[in-house]
Amino acid sequence: MIITAAREGTQVTDVALAGLAGPIVHDETVPARAPWLHEVKAGQTLRIVDLEGNQAVDFLMYAAADDAERYSAQDTIAAQSNIFLRAGSRLLSNEGRPMMTITATAVDYHDTIGGACSCESNTLRYGHHTKAQHACVDNFLDANVRAGRGKRDMVSNINFFMNVPVEADGALGIVDGISAPGLTVDLKAEMDVIVVVSNCPQINNPCNGFNPTPVRMIVSA
Amino acid sequence: MVTLNDPNAARAHARAQDGTLADAMPILPPVADDLPAGVSAEDLLWEERIAGGGYTSRRLARGSRTRLIDVDGDACASILIFNAEMPTERLNVADTVKIQWNAYLGAGKLLLSDMGRVLMSIEADDAGAHDAFCGASNAASNARVYGEGGNWSAFPNARDRLLLGAAKHGFGRRDVHPCINLFKGVRIAQGGSTVLDIGPFAPGRALTLRAEMDVILVIANCPHVLDTRPWTVTPLRATAWRGPIAGDADTIRNATPEGRRAFLNVDDYYRR
Repeated sequence: MIITAAREGTQVTDVALAGLAGPIVHDETVPARAPWLHEVKAGQTLRIVDLEGNQAVDFLMYAAADDAERYSAQDTIAAQSNIFLRAGSRLLSNEGRPMMTITATAVDYHDTIGGACSCESNTLRYGHHTKAQHACVDNFLDANVRAGRGKRDMVSNINFFMNVPVEADGALGIVDGISAPGLTVDLKAEMDVIVVVSNCPQINNPCNGFNPTPVRMIVSA
Repeated sequence: MVTLNDPNAARAHARAQDGTLADAMPILPPVADDLPAGVSAEDLLWEERIAGGGYTSRRLARGSRTRLIDVDGDACASILIFNAEMPTERLNVADTVKIQWNAYLGAGKLLLSDMGRVLMSIEADDAGAHDAFCGASNAASNARVYGEGGNWSAFPNARDRLLLGAAKHGFGRRDVHPCINLFKGVRIAQGGSTVLDIGPFAPGRALTLRAEMDVILVIANCPHVLDTRPWTVTPLRATAWRGPIAGDADTIRNATPEGRRAFLNVDDYYRR
């Protein structure tokens, strides 16, 4: 189904669609704790809506034409000489090519140094009692293995709507979020990309306000 | 121009090189006259000098120590680490900083895998300037800065060096994971800016890695990706020796609750 978002003369009743120029080609709510995989074509815009506020959206992407080319947090950080992803940030691949650009964000900045939670890292951060809890790496693997990728394809990811400050002495940690219900981030694809998301299920730190909630994924042509 | 128009002459010519020394080369068998006190020469495993722009890779047993020396003060060692036995387990830079609640690497810090285990720990470090954020230079970035950047060029990029080092162990592009840069520093300023520290540094800075698992270590020695000087990178020296695995009372093992659990996970992995 193609929904025209903002046809001239038509009142936009869904505030989450405001400002999207083209027709909506995909609109889906990802349940709390779930993975999501979707191909976004060059020129399309993916809008992520933090429906209930402070929900970390763990995000990886692969070049559709060659999935050994993938998002590189380190290339992205080096190119902009900054660890935070803000409006205008170009998300680069491990080959140094732009994959997506953050064209708009209602949240000041997003994280790309904190990585994804895993059952295994949870045992270090919190204790072995958390090993059996669901985790982002399991979501990434769940989505990727069905598409022919595997553990070798796991790299440092983006955490939209997650707040990881670094203090002067290097102290670093996931702290209370700076997002709020309904806030959005818009990503314009610079090449055909396969986006893989984990709607973070973590309940041991503030990344989801200790309460994982759904997010909405809208793709505009 | 030498004429070598028959195989015997070509063989004699080739064999005449025996014993030649170069600036960058492995020493076989390894010899080092500056091993730490208490380390026996017979426990020496590896002695190699890696050129500026060069790379190397080696499998290292649990307990072994690898000392890297920035010989002339301008090396930059980008490293990948794999579990040698199950290489889908590899260094996870994000977990390394997140789990230790700190952005900066130095003595006592752990280099953690994506499986909640410690692959190597930093046993000693007098450099204090390292980088877990900016990663490797790539062909495009070197082409921008130096005009070229391929492995065949005068200005090879770190990612393609790591790719070759990894390929020697059967790995491919998917295995060149986010890396750590040693001997060049990146600090994070207010607002998230990366602040590069490229010295000048004194010659002879050293860092010793202790293998906590059987690992494959891949090293590229190329200019830091944010280094905008004309091509500047000096040799790196690697020396490794056998050593005991971390015992229950080990200082690094017990420094933090997170680290202690990482060692417990290593113990559990080798419980067989």
